[in-house]
Amino acid sequence: MTQTLLETDALTVRFGGHVAVDAVSSSFRAGELTAIVGPNGAGKTTYFNLISGQIPASSGRVKLLGEDITRLGVADRCRRGLGRAFQLTNLFPSLSVLENVRLVIQSKQHKGFGLFSMADSHQELTVAAMAILERVRLDIQKGQLVSELSHGDQRKLEVALLIGLDPMVYMFDEPTAGMSVDEAPVILDLIAEIKADRARTVLLVEHKLDVIRSLADRIIVLHNGALAADGPPAEVMASAVVQEAYLGKELDHV
Amino acid sequence: MIVKLLSGDQPRSVLLTLLLLVTLVCLAGAPFLFDGVRALDTAARICIFIVLAASYDLLLGYGGIVSFAHTMFFGLGAYGVALTSSHMGRGFDALLVGSVSGAVAAIILALLIGLFSLRVRAIFFAMITLAVASALAVLVSQFSGLTGGEDGLTYKIPRVLTSANRMGEFMGTQVSGKILNYYLVFTAALILFLLLLRIVNSPFGRVLQAIRENDFRAEAIGYRVIWYRTMATCLSAAVAALAGSLFAIWLRYVGPDTTLSFEIMLDILLMVVIGGMGTMYGAVIGATLFILAQTYLQNLMGSASEATSALPLVPDLLDPDRWLMWLGVLFILSVYFFPTGIVGRLRERRAS
Repeated sequence: MTQTLLETDALTVRFGGHVAVDAVSSSFRAGELTAIVGPNGAGKTTYFNLISGQIPASSGRVKLLGEDITRLGVADRCRRGLGRAFQLTNLFPSLSVLENVRLVIQSKQHKGFGLFSMADSHQELTVAAMAILERVRLDIQKGQLVSELSHGDQRKLEVALLIGLDPMVYMFDEPTAGMSVDEAPVILDLIAEIKADRARTVLLVEHKLDVIRSLADRIIVLHNGALAADGPPAEVMASAVVQEAYLGKELDHV
Repeated sequence: MIVKLLSGDQPRSVLLTLLLLVTLVCLAGAPFLFDGVRALDTAARICIFIVLAASYDLLLGYGGIVSFAHTMFFGLGAYGVALTSSHMGRGFDALLVGSVSGAVAAIILALLIGLFSLRVRAIFFAMITLAVASALAVLVSQFSGLTGGEDGLTYKIPRVLTSANRMGEFMGTQVSGKILNYYLVFTAALILFLLLLRIVNSPFGRVLQAIRENDFRAEAIGYRVIWYRTMATCLSAAVAALAGSLFAIWLRYVGPDTTLSFEIMLDILLMVVIGGMGTMYGAVIGATLFILAQTYLQNLMGSASEATSALPLVPDLLDPDRWLMWLGVLFILSVYFFPTGIVGRLRERRAS
């Protein structure tokens, strides 16, 4: 039995009278990649926000490595091993590509309160950051400002920041959205690599069915904020609830 | 060596480098290069306001935090020295105790304000600082038994640092304790400025810039934003308090008008904005230009007004009493033409 890294227990959030995420209970094990699917507005990103702490839960609990983290802030959850890449690119635009990744490594190594050393003198941060930039094929652009990067490169950097954190739980929110056909495989290969490291678990919100088919070990379906299906890809794809709630409507977009 | 002193943050513009060097040389040699008490006093003010503006730039330019309490911290340092010097008697121990306790008081107050209000939106923090600073200014003027009220405090500093201490002649200038005092101010200001330059280029400084850029993401990669902002507020407050202590040592007088007034707060804001936010060197340029304008613009206008006395209206416009209006015009023009400040503008020229 592999270790359970992340659990949500009847996780719920209400905005006024609207229940955006409705008592979702699930657990995520090491070495597993779970795709989270559902039509637009089903609550996928909100579910992510509840797990990573951007939105406080109305009720229910989030547990990381058995510890209840429901009341912790975003930074504390991150320091305990919960990492997230965002759907809309969310970077530090007027800093260089290298500096963006260095900041992540610096956070990971708890060096943010170094007051009297020169930031650039920390070679260990630069070396680690460069290694990650090479993995996402951004090493040539290291000196560029993020605001000057193309959309596809910004998406790559978004993923690079997450890899720099090296969390126990990786959360990807449509990592290849808006990327060109030849850029997306770089990211998908990286996700496959992370999954191959049996100690981590990956949560992936994704619309593209071919991506889900090639990567997912398990699919959970959200519909109107509630858990509609949970199981191996073949089984979930075939189930009536998915055919009707998700695939039936979205198939022509794929 | 120089790169290390500047923390790897070079001016990155030939013209800027020249301006900074001229400023440094003029300030370093002020007692011997310029005649008169007024020139030396202006130079000392420039040194002090460079530090004060630079510490505000740490907050505004690097941290993206708007505070209106910077003069309060400045005043805490000044009153610290004034109170110890009046109660402990003249002596270097009084200056030291006063400076340290002023800085500690500033840090504690900054910590409280920061933890209470940096959690919420930026505008709220600005309002809180305004409220606390006004409250403290009222307290200082009310507790006149302790603080001298609106009249302020006059006290004695060690004899070595006053003009009564004559030490002979050098380069045709009578070297007195006053000059020694000036070099105390100059050296302390230089060290404090280089320290600030180091802080903004440290790992901590990078986190601050990241938070200014995108606090949401900074939090998501594991930085507790509120602690970093609070830390920036405390550091900035401590340096401002030390600048206040230097001011008190230099002037041998503190009063609400010279250290706590809202007018000075606006001056600091203007210095940083005119010079260029988030550059540190902007504080040097901004403070120097501002103090020079403040000191000499009136004289200049006086003579211009006399020279044009035959013309209608012009002499009235150039009357020395209108100097604040012209300063305002200069400010509007500089913000309009150099939105990134003088330093930002000079660096752009090089980049293009």
